[in-house]
Amino acid sequence: MLVAELHSSLVRVALIYVPSRAVAEEVVQETWLGVLRGLDRFEGRSSLKTWIFRILTNTAKTRGQREGRTIPFSSLQSPGTVPEPAVDPDRFRPDDDPRWPGHWASAPAELPEERLVEAETRARLDAAIAELPASQRAVITLRDVQGWTSEEVCNALSISETNQRVLLHRARSKVRAALEHYLKGDEE
Amino acid sequence: MNQVEQLSCRELVELVTDYFEGALAPAERARFEQHLAACSGCTRYVEQLRATVSAVGRLEPEAVPPDAEAALLEAFRDWKSGI
Repeated sequence: MLVAELHSSLVRVALIYVPSRAVAEEVVQETWLGVLRGLDRFEGRSSLKTWIFRILTNTAKTRGQREGRTIPFSSLQSPGTVPEPAVDPDRFRPDDDPRWPGHWASAPAELPEERLVEAETRARLDAAIAELPASQRAVITLRDVQGWTSEEVCNALSISETNQRVLLHRARSKVRAALEHYLKGDEE
Repeated sequence: MNQVEQLSCRELVELVTDYFEGALAPAERARFEQHLAACSGCTRYVEQLRATVSAVGRLEPEAVPPDAEAALLEAFRDWKSGI
């Protein structure tokens, strides 16, 4: 059923614009009603999914404004302006290192493959995704959890390919760091 | 190899998603792969990121919470009776 398939994605995208999970759930409900009301006007020029997300985004923006939330427009439309290193800078040698400037000081180790499928590891991954800023969380959910193409994500969120990649990169980098930290921490 | 054109590890880690997405220009892609071929640390890093992506891909999408589902059904009923 489409509702079940899209629900968590819709909630996560709504959370870009509204302050709480409860409000996001309401926005999603309102969206489905908007979808039903507008279904006879759906012209099939975009995919159904894209159209549903347009309705969601408009609903969420309106609701976010009503909740007095300033829309974090920049987090979605110009995510690259504030640098966020993918890896803790302390993991690299300094730029003035005589021999290996900018190379690993503390290189990553192989992740134990059998542990990646454990339930507890999955719970850690969920937690790491939950901690991401809303726009990064929405992008990694659609791309990597739901398996959407980058084109679908760009259409649903009305963002450029470049911004989508920046958000995806930051999200994946943070989740990787959390995973590495968790798996390494347990070995000690 | 020209020293000036080489990527550092710190630079490489910022390009991995672009690399996976096929978004690097050919020259950049070549520099990326040259670095990777000579650097075990970055090879591991790229493996870790790939493993992360596939582990995230095995997560279950969140189910619809029961109360949200109930509220939604009720809203659908109201909508139907309002026709």
